[in-house]
Amino acid sequence: MQSLVIVAHGSHLNPDSATPTHTHADTIRATDAFAEVRTGFWKEQPSLREVLRTTHGDDIYVVPLFISEGYFTERVIPRELRLEGWKPELWNSDGISADTATLVAGDIDTEVHYCGPVGTHEAMTDVLVRRAESVTDDPEVGNGFGFAVVGHGTERNENSAKAIEYHTEQLRKTGRFDEVKALFMDEEPAVDDVTDHFDSEDIIVVPLFIADGFHTQEDIPEDMGLTDDYRNGYDVPSGVDGHRIWYGGAVGTEELTADVVLERAADAGADIGDAIARVRKQTSPTTQAVGE
Amino acid sequence: MSVAGVALSATQLAAFREQLAAEPIEYDGLAAEYDAAEDTYHIETPDHQTSLGGDELDTAADEQAAYLSNWYFHTQQVTTESKQAFCRWLELADDRPVPTRYDDLEAGIGREWGELMITTTLAADGGRRYEIRHVDDSGVDDDALTPHTDPFAARDIGTLDTDGRYRPLRTAPSLDSGWIFPELTADAVYDAVEAFYPATIVNWHREQRGELDVDHWRDEQDRQSGIYNLITVLPDEAVEWAAAACCDDSQCLKRREWQLSADEPLAAEGGDGVFPCRAPCSTVVAAGREWAKLEREDTQTYEFELTPSEKEQIEAIIDAVADGTVDEIREADLSEGANRYRARYLREKRFDDDGTLSGTPTRPDGHNDDSD
Repeated sequence: MQSLVIVAHGSHLNPDSATPTHTHADTIRATDAFAEVRTGFWKEQPSLREVLRTTHGDDIYVVPLFISEGYFTERVIPRELRLEGWKPELWNSDGISADTATLVAGDIDTEVHYCGPVGTHEAMTDVLVRRAESVTDDPEVGNGFGFAVVGHGTERNENSAKAIEYHTEQLRKTGRFDEVKALFMDEEPAVDDVTDHFDSEDIIVVPLFIADGFHTQEDIPEDMGLTDDYRNGYDVPSGVDGHRIWYGGAVGTEELTADVVLERAADAGADIGDAIARVRKQTSPTTQAVGE
Repeated sequence: MSVAGVALSATQLAAFREQLAAEPIEYDGLAAEYDAAEDTYHIETPDHQTSLGGDELDTAADEQAAYLSNWYFHTQQVTTESKQAFCRWLELADDRPVPTRYDDLEAGIGREWGELMITTTLAADGGRRYEIRHVDDSGVDDDALTPHTDPFAARDIGTLDTDGRYRPLRTAPSLDSGWIFPELTADAVYDAVEAFYPATIVNWHREQRGELDVDHWRDEQDRQSGIYNLITVLPDEAVEWAAAACCDDSQCLKRREWQLSADEPLAAEGGDGVFPCRAPCSTVVAAGREWAKLEREDTQTYEFELTPSEKEQIEAIIDAVADGTVDEIREADLSEGANRYRARYLREKRFDDDGTLSGTPTRPDGHNDDSD
């Protein structure tokens, strides 16, 4: 019996923090690819410490709904899940290539497959594209558009910037958008100066964040000049310095992120049948499955 | 539906036959075995002893049919140990023999789990159906409540309180009312309860088996890293205050089982909740971090001018905030110290232009700095 456990940060202050986790769990639950889909949180309930005991399966896949490898995925989650013998080297990662490690979880004395975070999976590039399509309401968007992928920067975690750069390069390789740039909140090139970095009149801006919160809903819109006060809202697109900014908010809220969770589990050996194709189709804003 | 009305289905009888072909059954007062040589089923319940031929099983007497359906539901339909234990608890299975229980299930057996009222009733085939509503809605007509069928809807119901404020602690006694899950299966009632109160069933079940693993405060301290390392410096007496402040039944419905350490019990009340709290939660740890910062300050001696009533008023304001009763104080009830007009009057009278009580400097050097 296969179980999927999605682990995420959660929040004591922001009820929206856990929303993507629950939404993606619901999407995957509806595919019946897993006998059960459970969620666990650092800041909410059930805690990471207790989530594994809520499972009943004997083939358990744990997927962190986090953007990058770092403190949480390498230290906090394995510790709280009590993954015996865990060390980051088991992922054999260069900072963005973690796949899976199989270890016994002390809490349930059962092996679990501990997967890399969703944010560094190649399929997350598709989610960025899907967000570009949904924010512009144009399944063919690309020509004439610039695309800014926004991250925190290296101040807190150098792998965070690596993930941004990775997807930026992946997007660039598709050749779909006229320009693709990585921008950051706390280092150069800065998202504050977004219009300085693009020639394209239309710029899609998507933060590589899991959930909407203070940074994506308040800081970034104000920093880019979409609004003087986030409480007053902003238009999509908004005119800034002769450009049109199509601000998409946290990419992790895009429904297609459920697909990346499935990809992670499948990479770790889960038998999920055609669930990925079904999720791609189901979450598509148009009748066609975009990108297929 | 009672003992007299249980109609066994072909599926139930097939499962019964299959089980007895492998081994005898002893469950909840039912003892049954199959004699292959005679092709006969021997079925014994407290008041009946019957032997039936291989093709006569469906003629089992009403009471025995009830026992069979009881075995089938609890062992074949409910599939995991924690769900089985929970479903048995819900219908008081350990306290009431099958005939009595089936009679009671006709009207419904209700049990409280936190702020949930969960009522078990019998289905026509002797299976079970579950209803969940808020305990405060116990006497409310079903029609007056918003019905739900998806057990995971419980997650959204539990996200905000009556006033629309976020409930970061799902076991806080602030669950909104006005909804009903009128008919859930055993699997669905489990999922709904777990969505309302995550991990409570499995921890309760561990406790029932004498296997609850408690992480005490010192275990929690030792495990922290990053910014939460700070809780290692929280004084022991502050842990006592923190437990009294956060883990009281008025704040959380879990029954606190964690102590300072296994050998160092806390004096604070742990509460009377049905499900245990096995470790300081993230709310307590985050609060502990703030208190660790605050407890690093040394005390100062201040001199204030207050009338006796003003001193009592300050105490009343702290009580009202701590007990969450501010909103209950009527606008014009100036006999209440925490009344808004009373508080505004006190501020006008006793605060200086910088918002400092009695103009007394907060810092000993006279420099008023509240930035940290």
